[in-house]
Amino acid sequence: MNDRDPAAQDCGGPVKQVSVMPSIFPKWTNLLPLKLAVAVACLGGAATAGVWYYWTPKYSRVGYQPKQPVAFSHNIHADQLGIDCRYCHSAVERSWFSNIPASSTCMNCHSLLLKEDPKLALVRDSYTTGKSIPWVQLHRTPDFAYFNHSVHVNRGISCVHCHGQINHMEEVFHAKPLSMGFCLDCHRAPEEKIRPVDLVTQLDWAGAVDGKKLVNDWNVKPGQSCSTCHR
Amino acid sequence: MRYFFLFFFLSIAATLGITGFRGGYSTRTPLQVFNDMKNQAKLRPQTDSTFPGFADGVSSRPFPAGTVAQQVGYQDNTTWKNDPFNTGRDFSKGDIPNNFVEVNPVPITSELLKRGQDRYLIYCQPCHGAQADGNGITKKLGMSTVANLHDPRIIKMNDGEIFNTITYGKNTMMGYGGNVPVPDRWAIVAYLRAIQLSRLGSKDDVPAPVLEKLK
Ligand code: HEC
Ligand code: HEC
Ligand code: HEC
Ligand code: HEC
Ligand code: HEC
Ligand code: HEC
Repeated sequence: MNDRDPAAQDCGGPVKQVSVMPSIFPKWTNLLPLKLAVAVACLGGAATAGVWYYWTPKYSRVGYQPKQPVAFSHNIHADQLGIDCRYCHSAVERSWFSNIPASSTCMNCHSLLLKEDPKLALVRDSYTTGKSIPWVQLHRTPDFAYFNHSVHVNRGISCVHCHGQINHMEEVFHAKPLSMGFCLDCHRAPEEKIRPVDLVTQLDWAGAVDGKKLVNDWNVKPGQSCSTCHR
Repeated sequence: MRYFFLFFFLSIAATLGITGFRGGYSTRTPLQVFNDMKNQAKLRPQTDSTFPGFADGVSSRPFPAGTVAQQVGYQDNTTWKNDPFNTGRDFSKGDIPNNFVEVNPVPITSELLKRGQDRYLIYCQPCHGAQADGNGITKKLGMSTVANLHDPRIIKMNDGEIFNTITYGKNTMMGYGGNVPVPDRWAIVAYLRAIQLSRLGSKDDVPAPVLEKLK
């Protein structure tokens, strides 16, 4: 209504509503663009946050802890008994691949210790029949990326940086993302992680060492070009 | 809008409830949405193989019996066998069970001893103990037969026989031939001799000035 409306003043009668046009958009639509914007922002934000948080090896791999066929404990063997990693993973210094020990390696001790234990039945079977124990593999680089254990282990990079505190795990789990960004973080700054070579399998070692000096002395230059790992 | 927010926060709660947080433990294999040549048609070590030639269905192949790995530089098994370095045996003494070489065929250097110590601590210490006196951790847990390597019988043994024990084992000790490469076995033998010697010393071996200090 408009009080300058001449018709209204003239007749002096009750105010007459003049409907110029039926409104196409009802009143509630006034806030619609705002609400839509809020909703889209919320959903978009949530989707982005979800992808950022979940669509990464930090979520998808870290914590992967499959059930192993034999209840083998690194905590007992590597920590309490103090067996070196290389007693079992003996190829780790010599090849790209770190082997899972053959059942004969277990039988070195278990032919004399816990001879009758039912937990070790599968190991004894495997040793006598020659059929492998179906250990579930946790860590695996995709086939398009090249990884090598010996180059790291012989240059003072400890297992703990890529596998976590294995010696305290009852059952092994995937502790680090092992994504490309993870590899590159260290390749850009190896001096933060490097340590004397004979301490590589001492996962609890927390001493200080002049990393810059080691990197310099040994001429450690981890490649960052794509062809280092995608060859 | 109220309904939207209700729905929105419920679905966030549901997502968190189902998927959890980073670092949670799970027995599920990590999901792979796009395969992207992550799994190529090649055999990786220690995996299953359906190749018909591999009767046992395993991708890592054992050495066929009586063969020598190519990289060791021998063309045939006989030459390989006749080098005491490889077998710890001296076949010029005849093809008899105890034709072991008397002395380590590898020249003893401080690097060799250091390597030997390193390897000894990895492969032998769990049973024989750091002092080689047979008091490793497994002895304490019930492996009663572990030998004391300071035993006069073992001190008098030929180097080749110890090499042979490492390779194939002896009685209740199993072999380490699969885990310890040949040069490392000789390094361990050399180091073992050094520890044995350390207990055979007498007062006369200590230089006089040092002896003075110890008094
Ligand atoms: C007594 C033998 C033994 C010792 C010592 C040992 N491991 Fe293992 N390790 C195994 C066996 C068997 C498996 C496979 C079963 C499993 O995953 O629990 C394994 C699995 C692993 C895996 C997971 C492999 C995968 O599937 O991706 C890692 C990583 C590993 N070990 C690292 C270490 C490190 C680091 C040490 C030294 C602190 C060590 N191991 C000491 C026997 C051993
Ligand atoms: C150096 C000797 C040694 C080797 C090698 C070894 N073990 Fe053991 N293992 C032991 C001892 C000692 C114990 C008993 C620990 C105890 O009594 O607390 C044990 C205990 C066990 C147990 C029982 C754990 C429990 O919860 O009671 C299992 C299962 C086992 N080992 C599996 C294996 C497997 C599989 C391998 C091969 C990858 C292996 N062991 C290699 C020495 C060894
Ligand atoms: C620079 C990172 C890095 C370091 C250091 C490292 N690893 Fe690994 N490890 C990996 C990756 C990546 C894989 C997966 C490799 C593959 O695709 O088979 C792996 C796999 C393994 C496996 C499983 C192999 C299989 O196929 O089941 C074992 C066992 C293992 N590592 C043991 C060790 C031990 C023991 C050490 C220390 C002496 C060590 N690693 C040091 C990154 C590392
Ligand atoms: C904790 C540190 C660290 C991590 C993590 C790490 N690297 Fe390395 N990498 C090194 C160092 C140090 C070298 C040795 C460089 C040298 O010898 O000059 C190296 C060398 C290499 C080489 C050999 C390079 C060459 O010049 O031949 C490859 C391949 C490689 N890394 C791949 C990887 C991959 C794949 C990953 C991730 C799974 C990874 N690295 C994770 C420290 C690391
Ligand atoms: C230090 C080793 C390293 C270097 C250097 C490196 N990459 Fe990678 N890259 C990896 C690893 C390991 C993966 C697998 C990551 C995973 O499994 O999550 C990967 C994955 C990728 C992927 C993802 C494939 C997929 O489908 O997930 C692309 C694309 C890629 N790299 C491109 C590059 C390019 C381009 C460069 C050079 C700028 C490069 N990479 C350098 C180690 C490396
Ligand atoms: C799993 C435990 C274990 C490990 C590890 C081990 N041994 Fe033994 N070793 C034994 C036992 C048990 C005996 C006693 C064998 C018997 O007479 O029944 C023995 C005996 C010996 C003997 C005496 C053999 C004889 O003629 O009587 C020598 C020498 C020897 N070991 C050397 C080594 C060396 C070197 C290593 C490291 C490569 C090693 N052992 C690792 C358990 C072990």
